[in-house]
Amino acid sequence: METETLLLNMGPVHPSTHGVLRFKLRMDGEIIRDCQVVVGYLHRGTEKLGEMKTYLQFVPYTDRLDYIAAMPNNYSYVKAVEELAGIEVPLRAEYIRVLVMELNRIVNHLVFMGSLLLDLGASTMIMYGFREREKALQLYESLCGARMTFNYIRPGGVREDLPDGFIPKLREFIKDMEKRIPDYEDLINGNEIFLMRMKNIGVINAEEAINSGMTGPSLRGSGVDYDIRKVEPYSIYPDLDFKACMRSECDSLARYLVRVDEMRESLHILEQIADTMPEGKFINQRYGMAPTTGAPTAVMSFFPRIFTPRAGEVYSRIEAPKGELGFYVASDGTTKPYRVKIRSPSFCNLVALPKMVAGLKIPDLIAAFGTIDVVLGDVDR
Amino acid sequence: MWTGDKMITNPNAYDLIVAILNAIGVYNIILGFFQDLGMEYILRVIIVLVIIAVLLVFVLLTVMFLSWLERKMFAVVQSRYGPMVTGPRGLFQPIADGIKLLGKEDIIPAKADRWIFTLAPFVVFVSVLLVFIPLPFGRSLIVSDLKVGLLYIIAISAVTPISILLAGWASNNKYSLMGAIRAVAQDISYTIPLAITAIAVVVFVGSLSTVDIVNAQSGYWFGFIPKWFIFLQPLGFILFLIACIAEMGRIPFDFQESEQELVAGFFTEYSGMKFAMFFLAEYAHLFAVSGIIVTIFLGGWTGPALPFIPFELTSLIYFMIKTYAVIFFAMWLRDTVPRVRIDQLLNLGWKIMIPLALLNLLLAAFVVTAGVI
Repeated sequence: METETLLLNMGPVHPSTHGVLRFKLRMDGEIIRDCQVVVGYLHRGTEKLGEMKTYLQFVPYTDRLDYIAAMPNNYSYVKAVEELAGIEVPLRAEYIRVLVMELNRIVNHLVFMGSLLLDLGASTMIMYGFREREKALQLYESLCGARMTFNYIRPGGVREDLPDGFIPKLREFIKDMEKRIPDYEDLINGNEIFLMRMKNIGVINAEEAINSGMTGPSLRGSGVDYDIRKVEPYSIYPDLDFKACMRSECDSLARYLVRVDEMRESLHILEQIADTMPEGKFINQRYGMAPTTGAPTAVMSFFPRIFTPRAGEVYSRIEAPKGELGFYVASDGTTKPYRVKIRSPSFCNLVALPKMVAGLKIPDLIAAFGTIDVVLGDVDR
Repeated sequence: MWTGDKMITNPNAYDLIVAILNAIGVYNIILGFFQDLGMEYILRVIIVLVIIAVLLVFVLLTVMFLSWLERKMFAVVQSRYGPMVTGPRGLFQPIADGIKLLGKEDIIPAKADRWIFTLAPFVVFVSVLLVFIPLPFGRSLIVSDLKVGLLYIIAISAVTPISILLAGWASNNKYSLMGAIRAVAQDISYTIPLAITAIAVVVFVGSLSTVDIVNAQSGYWFGFIPKWFIFLQPLGFILFLIACIAEMGRIPFDFQESEQELVAGFFTEYSGMKFAMFFLAEYAHLFAVSGIIVTIFLGGWTGPALPFIPFELTSLIYFMIKTYAVIFFAMWLRDTVPRVRIDQLLNLGWKIMIPLALLNLLLAAFVVTAGVI
């Protein structure tokens, strides 16, 4: 019988493309023969904006990249600027930074679990995930007034010190999460239908994954032990006790399980930070035009809003919840960067998707796409 | 106990109305009035119309309640409130939804097949409503006790995929078409185990009439286990339940609409009242199929008779309790599990369920032939 392939245009407006992504699928019945990913529907010119803004002014723009987990964006950019300008950071500030970033990793993975299960048709998990996320967001709100777009980490430290009672509230959150994660595993991991949908679906072996530029939990699901917190330690990570979670099955299930394990590791890190949070300054005041009082009250006046780093270039990379988040910042010795280039994990991980889904079916495309955990603000920038 | 071609007459709703009118002593007066006019058949038509009206109102009210119940249960499972604003605990939400849908623009896509596009939602709705005709809600509470009731139900259920295919094809949308193709593939592969497990019950009863099936389940074994077919045929019940959920197209088998993959499946292009028809049909189908499960496997309206209350009423209550238990299960399932994949579903249907259904039929036939029961 003569059949013809069907060109199915999925997106940019579609319930499960996590925003405005577009797939061009060549379908043979239900089977995907060819998948083309079309990006650019959320392009905002963030990199170009970086050239127009001073170093400090650009920090809020980084919040809008991966808006599910914005703290690592802040940090990665600020880290580049600090390296460029040679700014030192107090130890307490580094602890606070790692605290908020690991908290954000948990938030990100909660949203990941929820949206993955929603993509598979089980709509309950997203509500549970958001319920827990809400507690973390309230912590952020008490910290910096914002819930998603923080603008909290800045050159020299963080914007504000931890509020009173933050650490006890954090401990409560950790205790709560430690009870919840087994609940979620009961709900999801043992579900036969879930395993049927995830096992041996979206397989990508280690070599292909590396060649596609995958990083983060998605890469570690393919059995590559590559965590930037381990291979190129930054901030206070060398002092912390944690392990990079890895699985070698290379399929969607492995990528999912890596993230669940990572949530546990992040909770472990948070516990250590809660125990060992040092006293001290939360922002470097050496560079500031500090008033005579010296009390850390009005932070904005402590740190110069405009500063000029030496001419040069820096690439800073960190392990964001979704993978390697890198900022390449080039300075020409003025108050504004000469060039800002963002290496975003979502965009690079997305490259591997067509390889994963060739020969599979539409539901598998949705499942595999869910497990590489993409945020469109991060893809298009 | 094969009854052969012996004529069985079970009381139906028509007889019930006549009996009620007789009890209050007005039937003969009315009948006399129509006989004087020489138009006795008019009275019969009026009574039938009353039955249809009562059934329609009852089904539509149930459907509205079910759509509220579904949302409310979903909310409770997800630790939310659900609808709260319209009426007590949001009970009037379905009415508000209905008004909203009535006010929506009725869009027909430019490239759609206008006639079939308009026809499809009505075919879906009518085919679901027709299933209620041989469904016994209680003793005597049945529109018509067809001698081929079960066959009729299975045959009418098979109309639904045709209308879904009509809707999907006429929309001229790729998602709709894929949803429709899936729906047909799914329905074909699940009607077979559904029918075979139903036949296993028929082997025990010896009749296709739904009332006979229910009557065969009255009484108790050892004085306390009700003679429901679920105890006689546990495998058959599980197969029938799975097949029914697949037939209804609910999660985990909701491929025809699977919103994460196909946007809304076959009704992607529908809006306004036409969309509402699909929506109503979906819940009417849920109610009908749950009723069928109860009738065949859970003893239908059988239950202990209470003093002073006519059994017509208590049997209706028993039937509704059992039906809502099945509906509760279907809704709970939807809240909990993800969707399986279409090829996995077809594998399950053809490779596991049909052989098991045949095995079940074989066992039933063996048991009946050997005279164990």
